[in-house]
Amino acid sequence: MDQELKVHSDVICTFCGCLCDDIEVEVVDNRISKVKKACMIGRNKLMHAQSNNPDITIAGKPTSLDAAINEAVNILTNARFPLVYGLSSTTTEAQREMVEIAEILNATIDNPSSYCHGPGLMARQQVGLSSCTLGEVKNRADLVIFWGCNPLESHVRHLTRYSVSAKGMFHPEGRKSRKIVSIDIRPTPTTKSSDWFIQVTPGNTFEIATLLRALVANNPIGKGDDALIAGVAVSKWRELAEMIRGCKYGVIFFGLGVTQCRGRDINVEQLAVLVSEINNHTRFYAMAMRGHGNVAGGNQVMTWQTGFPLAVNFSRGYPRYNPGEFSVIGLLARKEVDAALIVATDPGAHLPADTGDHLKNIPVIYLEPHNNPTTEWATVVIPVAQAGVAASGTYYRMDNVPLRVKKIVDSDHLSDEEVLKRIKERITHAQNY
Amino acid sequence: MAGISGLLVTVRTGKQGAEMMRGKMNPEYLDEISTLRINPDDMAEAQMLPGQKVKVSSSFGEVTVTCIASDVPRKLFFLPVGPVANRLVSGSDTDGTGVPAWKGEQVTIEPADQVQ
Ligand code: SF4
Repeated sequence: MDQELKVHSDVICTFCGCLCDDIEVEVVDNRISKVKKACMIGRNKLMHAQSNNPDITIAGKPTSLDAAINEAVNILTNARFPLVYGLSSTTTEAQREMVEIAEILNATIDNPSSYCHGPGLMARQQVGLSSCTLGEVKNRADLVIFWGCNPLESHVRHLTRYSVSAKGMFHPEGRKSRKIVSIDIRPTPTTKSSDWFIQVTPGNTFEIATLLRALVANNPIGKGDDALIAGVAVSKWRELAEMIRGCKYGVIFFGLGVTQCRGRDINVEQLAVLVSEINNHTRFYAMAMRGHGNVAGGNQVMTWQTGFPLAVNFSRGYPRYNPGEFSVIGLLARKEVDAALIVATDPGAHLPADTGDHLKNIPVIYLEPHNNPTTEWATVVIPVAQAGVAASGTYYRMDNVPLRVKKIVDSDHLSDEEVLKRIKERITHAQNY
Repeated sequence: MAGISGLLVTVRTGKQGAEMMRGKMNPEYLDEISTLRINPDDMAEAQMLPGQKVKVSSSFGEVTVTCIASDVPRKLFFLPVGPVANRLVSGSDTDGTGVPAWKGEQVTIEPADQVQ
């Protein structure tokens, strides 16, 4: 019998915040057989999307979906301080369900941005951020600065699709008409492909942004040109300030090298103020290099539902926001949480060991398409249809543009959204909400 | 005793990302997240050879990894993000921000006792 071949075009890769939406996927008899145009990470993600799926289990023993959901509801409704955590690699529709479950349970809800780009979100609440879309960057940017990020290894197609060699409306020549600058503490593939690599000492982002503010504004700085700031001579920083003032449309893409190093949120605050002040001279923007495919969506959903992008606690019946106190890492390190519902993230791999280890001592309900370090010990494991492969929904790109991810194969499992809806309905019933 | 102290910085690598997608239990992924990039002069000072197993210790834990020479600055050691690096940082050390010291944990590196 002939095998049925379907070719899906314009598929979105859901791995990273680039959300490349030009991927071609061939499916033979409901199995993904070929992936074209994606980078190696995206290709591997799609090619392995249908393998290594966990069983539905309670305490490691196979069970039915119904029994697993009942156990999940039992655990969550009996907890005194439950945590709802994850969100970053699923659809906004599923994220919305998670927020509602957190509210019904008077739980705390957080997403991985609280330890990645969360400091940048806190900075935005203080000073705002002049930002743009990746489409604008592609069409207009003649100066691109990568600061504390290495997209050639983390967001591989960012450079070809949006920021460096992409041919845009005002840059039909692509790479030739753009200047690329990298600021980093070590040489990387990205710094090596830049026109200018400024190698700085670690932990000095705030000082650099402060100096650039002064230089861009032509303010005196009380230091000679030979003085070193972050290991680089002031004369070099002056050159960069002039390049910034002289560009027609510039953008800084900043990564975890900015948000996770010494200073954290105040680094981004100073960078955001720098960018807004540059706009006194020319058009200039900044954008966070968001990691997980829909981590930006997690912040969007939490903000429109609770008013805050991360670290929200409902224990008083209304949302309270306090990064540090209600951030997942702090809560787990202090062992405050007594049960957790975790969806679309892998705390067994991502969190510091002493923090993740607390989850091994409390009941954890885990929705996840693949076996990973967390499925090894989670109390209730519910496999789900992977978003963007076997479930459709909305994802937010790193520039906060929402895109619809497709369902290209059928799965035996429900989507995160469907499982969460069932959990929510039974919690509501159990609590007579 | 041979050894060297400095700051551990966790980073993404292309191989770490690509292999992770094939499964976090696969040996290529586990090898990559256990490979430490270190400056050759630091390696010489600590009497370590490329490809040698080394012990990395912080106040929070220790791991054994393979070191390779790289063009990174002196006294900065780079390990891919993942469960291995996560044994060296702590969730209780975030300066109230919720973000651990993934970009600057003080560590000591010394040749592992047994070269495997
Ligand atoms: S750059 Fe990111 S979104 Fe694009 S194909 Fe690679 S992993 Fe997927």
